[in-house]
Amino acid sequence: MTHKVEGWHRRQFLAGGGGALLISTLPTVSHADEADMIRARTELFGGRDVQEGRVTVTLPPIAENGHSVPITVDVDSPMTPNDYVKQIVILSPRNPLPTIGQFYLTPRSGKALVSTRIRMSGTQAIQAVAEMSDGSLWSGRMETVVTLAACVVL
Amino acid sequence: MAGIRLAVPKTARQGEVLEIKALIQHDMESGFRRGSRGEVIPRDIITRFECTYNDELVFASDFHPAIAANPILTFHTVATESGEFVFTWTDQNGAAWSDRTSIEVV
Repeated sequence: MTHKVEGWHRRQFLAGGGGALLISTLPTVSHADEADMIRARTELFGGRDVQEGRVTVTLPPIAENGHSVPITVDVDSPMTPNDYVKQIVILSPRNPLPTIGQFYLTPRSGKALVSTRIRMSGTQAIQAVAEMSDGSLWSGRMETVVTLAACVVL
Repeated sequence: MAGIRLAVPKTARQGEVLEIKALIQHDMESGFRRGSRGEVIPRDIITRFECTYNDELVFASDFHPAIAANPILTFHTVATESGEFVFTWTDQNGAAWSDRTSIEVV
């Protein structure tokens, strides 16, 4: 008998509070996927080819939470007036918005290395694309495991 | 708000590549979070950062909602001549905050 009452209460809990709790933890926005990221890249750079290489993305292998993850993007470039990095873009295949940040460099930068802190809504491979002064596009990627249920992060 | 912290060398040799760090205190409210009553908290972010060196733009950045709160940037520039760096952050509504540092190049 007691079991029945407990069971009923549990069911009531699940139908009421538990259900509401579940709904409130569901993501409120649809997340981007790989295709959204490529679409964002195409909007930024047109249909130009993106080659792999010359760009090194550094992230911690595991991020305890996605609120603030340190990222460094290092591009192999001489940074001379004739051959330099014009722009670096950081892209996400899983955040609500695929474009994370854009950084504009000049030959006066001296070194094509930028660091910042980003938000990550879940485990994903962050991509960085570098646009060179000759118009060529290069990319690098690194995957980070985000342990906090990060749909609440963004 | 608008606590700014800068790390810029005070002196440098001409031609040296300088590392610059710039941070501003800002919530960078993404517009994707919900408050305690389920209401969407409106987006409120800084969208633009610019660094000039003797009035010439040497570095700029566009921030999107996935830039973390209290955005910090590390970037580089070549020491050319003595003068002044000006750092400016502008939010989505056009409000701006800036700070400056001087450098002696020998």
